[in-house]
Amino acid sequence: MSTFWSLWIIVLTVTNLVLLLWILFANRKRAVVGDENTEAKTTGHEYDGIEEYDNPLPRWWFFMFVLTFVFTVFYLAAYPGLGSWKGFLGWTSVGELRSHQKEAETLYADTYGAYAQMPIEELAKNTDAMKMGFRLFSNNCAICHGADGGGNPGFPNLTDHDWLYGGTPEKILETITHGRVAAMPAWVGVVGEEGIVQLAEYVLKLSGSEHDDVKAEAGAKLFSANCVVCHGADGKGNETVGAPNLTDDIWLYGGDPATIRQTIRDGRAGVMPAQGELLKQDRIHLLAAYVYSLSMNDSE
Amino acid sequence: MSDKPAKSASSSSSKDASIRYVNLYEADDKIYIRRITGFYQRLRRYTGIPLMLGFLLMPWLVIDGRPAMLFDLPERKFHVLWLTFWPQDAMYLAWLLVISAFLLFTVTVLVGRVWCGFTCPQTVWTQMFIWAEFVCEGDRNKRIKLDAQPWNFEKIWRKSAKQAIWIAISLVTSLTFIGYFTPIRELIVGFFTIDLGLATAFWVFFFLIATYMNAGFMREQFCKYICPYARFQAVMYDKDTLTVSYNPLRGEKRGPRKSGDDYKAQGMGDCIDCSWCVQVCPVDIDIRDGLQAECIDCGLCVDACNSVMDKMGYERGLISFTTEDAIHNGKTKVFRPRLLGYGLMLSIMMGLFVYSIATRVPVGVEAQRDRGVQMYRVAGDRIINVYTLKISNMDRQTHVYDVTIEGPHKFGIDGYRPIPVVEGEVLVVPVRVEVKKADLKKKKTEIRIRARARDNAEITAFHETTFIGP
Repeated sequence: MSTFWSLWIIVLTVTNLVLLLWILFANRKRAVVGDENTEAKTTGHEYDGIEEYDNPLPRWWFFMFVLTFVFTVFYLAAYPGLGSWKGFLGWTSVGELRSHQKEAETLYADTYGAYAQMPIEELAKNTDAMKMGFRLFSNNCAICHGADGGGNPGFPNLTDHDWLYGGTPEKILETITHGRVAAMPAWVGVVGEEGIVQLAEYVLKLSGSEHDDVKAEAGAKLFSANCVVCHGADGKGNETVGAPNLTDDIWLYGGDPATIRQTIRDGRAGVMPAQGELLKQDRIHLLAAYVYSLSMNDSE
Repeated sequence: MSDKPAKSASSSSSKDASIRYVNLYEADDKIYIRRITGFYQRLRRYTGIPLMLGFLLMPWLVIDGRPAMLFDLPERKFHVLWLTFWPQDAMYLAWLLVISAFLLFTVTVLVGRVWCGFTCPQTVWTQMFIWAEFVCEGDRNKRIKLDAQPWNFEKIWRKSAKQAIWIAISLVTSLTFIGYFTPIRELIVGFFTIDLGLATAFWVFFFLIATYMNAGFMREQFCKYICPYARFQAVMYDKDTLTVSYNPLRGEKRGPRKSGDDYKAQGMGDCIDCSWCVQVCPVDIDIRDGLQAECIDCGLCVDACNSVMDKMGYERGLISFTTEDAIHNGKTKVFRPRLLGYGLMLSIMMGLFVYSIATRVPVGVEAQRDRGVQMYRVAGDRIINVYTLKISNMDRQTHVYDVTIEGPHKFGIDGYRPIPVVEGEVLVVPVRVEVKKADLKKKKTEIRIRARARDNAEITAFHETTFIGP
């Protein structure tokens, strides 16, 4: 707030306060004079023969007003409210939020603390822990991965056994904490439109889908020249860089020829946001256990 | 006209003082109530004592292993006798209040403000406080004398004893009242071992003070200035409403007389102007001035007047529970359209209320469809929608709920295995609803997700939602 506006507010507030005080006391004086004979004093208003007395404010009422003024002065001195004056109590809304957060932390420490000590494999079998895990998942993960963890186009299904970066508890924890950035480069500049069609037919062949054998043959050569670095010579993928296994029939962006061609032509950029910045470690621990349990449930 | 308070003016001057100037700035005179016995006072005892006992004992009762009456605010569950209400049952509370209001209206049309005089907590507690006053300080004249005399040992001990009883009654009241909101056994133990939470301690203290102030000092001021019922009860009165009334035809002209005089020959009525009816009145009015907003129909003046009439050898009933019509026309109608109307409304509402409580289904179902990047999922020849399902078990026992989908096509469900939901729990679980792509006709299909208790098919509820396809 600039000095001018700050002063403007201060002057307005103080002037109003002084005016109100003046009104209160000015009226009180006039009324007190006529106190002896209240019946004689009327405001002059008359309606259907009913007249209105001009009585003074009752004393308790008057002092209530005075008290509110005293409170106002104290309040404006103690808290920010008068222009850019900070208030002598040093109160800020951010400070208020921080203290509430701290309070909530200590409150939840007990709840999460016990679970934070348990290994993820064990936690995944604990019904109560998994109920909490589900709530955390609903609030933080379900918007992309679905309430059931079943995934969406571009967002991996967490209930199958196919893991881009590995499905061990440690790997899941790592993925949630630090996030993942996956980059499939665009190949149209390297292999050309014809090459993209051939590569797509080969990828379809890898997964055992319908394909054109002739084009796939040509695609195989392009594949071994360009794609094996990440997806491996057998197309089984690589968990260290998050390259998907192309030989199963599980597709992150869709397994129809058009989508596959689009993936190869333009590339893909997948981002799993790092939760370590947003969530406390004990919650991530519980979340990892929940995600781990999702694939466990499926195998049963 | 005097600018002194009305009461001193009106009770001493005759009834032609039709206009009164009430000075609202002056403190009310203290009311010294004369103690009286009689039919209506016994009646008040018999209505007040059962209500008191009910109030005191209710939180101690246990039904189904839980307090019979407990309003569990932190849990937002309200245990009332055999039922447990959840916040979504607030409609029942609203209807209960409407029915209570109509019950009050009906009673008012029929017998005036008997609620105020006989059963209102303000009156019942005031009565107890007045009893303590009487026991410690004696009746009206003794109390006036005691207040006038300087402080001495007798005055001190009598006043302290009264205050002690008042505070004791207030404490019992406040502990009992808080016992409706927090389990009373822990509350009592906590109170006497000084181990209450800050909030609980505050409310116990708050209601102690509130009772003490209300029954000790506010008394009739509450009825006159605060109680909303007193404001509107008059519009429900008609000529045939039973109410405490003075019969001016019989009483006037009032005045003192010597016994044995032929007062009727002197043009005098039955009223001997002894002012007992004013002295016993807890709201300090003169019933002989006619029907007044302050009158709570407690019948104290009826008993007082009857005892005087007995002494004088006159017929009872100069002041009595009667109707305006009965005084002036000698007959009165009980069944009149207004009363029948209220009665009919009341019975309809009560019937519907009992019916809806009896058929209340103690399960709640809610489902919310995923709103992610794509609202549906394709798996082979099937379309899948994911819902977050909430099943609230509002019953007092554990149930296992089966979930089914009702819709125009053959919807299947995947991802819900029936799990026991313990009483009072809300189960949140994702469910996958699927349908054959070929079956789906529209982009958006109305479906119902239904949960049914495995052990009782009547405990069932559904949530209407939509199924989204390509």
